[in-house]
Amino acid sequence: MSNAYQLIEHNYDVIVVGAGGAGLRATFGMAQKGLKTACLTKVFPTRSHTVAAQGGMSAALGNMGQDLWQWHMYDTVKGSDWLGDQDAIEYMCREAMPAVIELEHYGVPFSRTEEGKIYQRPFGGMTTNYGEGTAQRTCAAADRTGHAILHTLYQQALRHDAEFFIEYFALDLIMDDSGTCRGVVAWDLAEGTLHLFRAHQTVLATGGYGRAYFSATSAHTCTGDGNGMVLRAGLPLQDMEFTQFHPTGIYGSGCLMTEGCRGEGGYLTNSNGDRFMERYAPNAKDLASRDVVSRSMTIEIREGRGVGEHKDHIYLHLEHLGADVINERLPGIAETARIFAGVDVTKEPAPVLPTVHYNMGGIPTNYHGEVVILKDGNPDSVVPGLMAIGEAACVSVHGANRLGSNSLLDIVVFGRAAANRCAASIKPNSAHPATPKAAVDKILARFDGLRNAKGENPTASLRMRMQRTMQNHAAVFRTGESMAEGIQLLEEVHAGFDHIGVSDRSLVWNSDLVETLELDNLLGCAMVSIKSAINRPESRGAHAREDYPDRNDEGWMKHTLAWLGPKSEVTIDYRPVHTYTLTNEVDYIPPKKRTY
Amino acid sequence: MDEQLGKLRWRCRRGMKELDLLTLGYLERYYPTASAAEQQAFAELLEVQDPLLMSYMVGRETPADATMARVVGVIRTLLAE
Repeated sequence: MSNAYQLIEHNYDVIVVGAGGAGLRATFGMAQKGLKTACLTKVFPTRSHTVAAQGGMSAALGNMGQDLWQWHMYDTVKGSDWLGDQDAIEYMCREAMPAVIELEHYGVPFSRTEEGKIYQRPFGGMTTNYGEGTAQRTCAAADRTGHAILHTLYQQALRHDAEFFIEYFALDLIMDDSGTCRGVVAWDLAEGTLHLFRAHQTVLATGGYGRAYFSATSAHTCTGDGNGMVLRAGLPLQDMEFTQFHPTGIYGSGCLMTEGCRGEGGYLTNSNGDRFMERYAPNAKDLASRDVVSRSMTIEIREGRGVGEHKDHIYLHLEHLGADVINERLPGIAETARIFAGVDVTKEPAPVLPTVHYNMGGIPTNYHGEVVILKDGNPDSVVPGLMAIGEAACVSVHGANRLGSNSLLDIVVFGRAAANRCAASIKPNSAHPATPKAAVDKILARFDGLRNAKGENPTASLRMRMQRTMQNHAAVFRTGESMAEGIQLLEEVHAGFDHIGVSDRSLVWNSDLVETLELDNLLGCAMVSIKSAINRPESRGAHAREDYPDRNDEGWMKHTLAWLGPKSEVTIDYRPVHTYTLTNEVDYIPPKKRTY
Repeated sequence: MDEQLGKLRWRCRRGMKELDLLTLGYLERYYPTASAAEQQAFAELLEVQDPLLMSYMVGRETPADATMARVVGVIRTLLAE
């Protein structure tokens, strides 16, 4: 059976899987340093979800008033609710300034101040002087920052002769008996061929898994493919219980209204017309951290102060800003609201609701991008040959809650860090060891099994059941009881996957089979997410347990590691949070109560 | 499944959720009964980069090609729902 597949073989120094901002930054950096680099991507690079990033990229440039990277670091640690690793956070905040300048030199058209400096806008959770004032730290190219960065990085990658394999779907990691990653097997969707890519390092830059939920701001492409591959390789995912709900998804469609709206002065009201965030976050108000705003909105709705016919959403006001400011600073947003909410934001508020937006959890790595696991008592044991960057990874710089505009920063900084690490550790064009045949056969057998699946359950129906379950049972607020019900439902979906039916046996443009492979990845992510969540009896950042409303630093200031078994059983262990900084230029920030 | 349809379905995978919903909506609802010229125009429309495609969808810009503009007009009717 498996022998029927002809594998086309390729040898590279580095394989990057994914061509969003992180993948492209890594690809271009590797190629620039003389490594033979290939980037595999299931969609055309400029169609990666990074294109949708509207808000901007944080860096303490201080163009709009005094700013320090130490303040940025403090905000990020506090935003993470002390689950972030402070060595990695220090690294990211220090590297932020040169990273923005570097992008500027490559041609990203950042918006400007009148003096010609890069314009910076306020964003949620970004403060000056350790929480005292509001920082203006977020650099933006109008509301097309993601597209501008993606386009620029793609051009750079092409310029440095990186090779692209576009519309290739990565199936699985090739792991040898020693636990070293030797490359990936991928499927060329257009030609219908299977390919074996050998690499000294395989870098997963596959993004998040927002599609595990029914209502998410994520594009359909966000299916946690790298996470799924890691789970099948017998490796754990980290902090998967932490899912960010963005406060301002458009009611109904779930399309995103950028946090830049509130950064530019927008605010939320309930059915009484109250600016309720003043009660929940007296200092930061509407610019409190996303988890805080999403919970506040949910409480307002629950207590009967939602707006609309069913009193089930909240209003976002921009009309007081005036058409000029809106059209200059948030042009796309006015159109998005007009088209997807039927609202003219220069005249009336937009209906919004907290919507799944970002996964803080993912593949555990150090700040070089190397995948790390707990092994023989060492919580920082590197998995040879495997790296992860961007939303797929959990470095962890976002901890239990990411701050807006730290994501574009994350992808650029750690994409670059991964390239630097590879340049330092790989000798270009060195020979590859023999590929473990058994590992490859297993990958082909799984692929062949799904391709020929003749069960009674269509992929779309299982996907819908998974999405509804996560939406209802792993929401903004969770309880042990509700999650236990959710786990039972999800296990039924998992059991249903054993009887999945794929209608098309073709290898060419078989979208039913691709969506089935994606569902397998999503289902793995969903399962470890909800099981990690029920296992954590505290509230921290985006993980808000009604039955355990307080943070418990003594017991739970630690990273969850979750391994997935073949029968959807999840094994859990922990890694300590790094309670130290990278240099002596900044002190460790000890935990304290988190208020905004 | 027809290969061409599978290919188009995959190319409805966009970077933005809004465009996923609109392009896939057209493919499922209108493409099967569209004229050959409009089917061709839709395939070409999917080659357009996301920001420009978004610009067409919100009506900021209009495709120069009349058939493509007609397809965009049909896709925009999906917004009313």
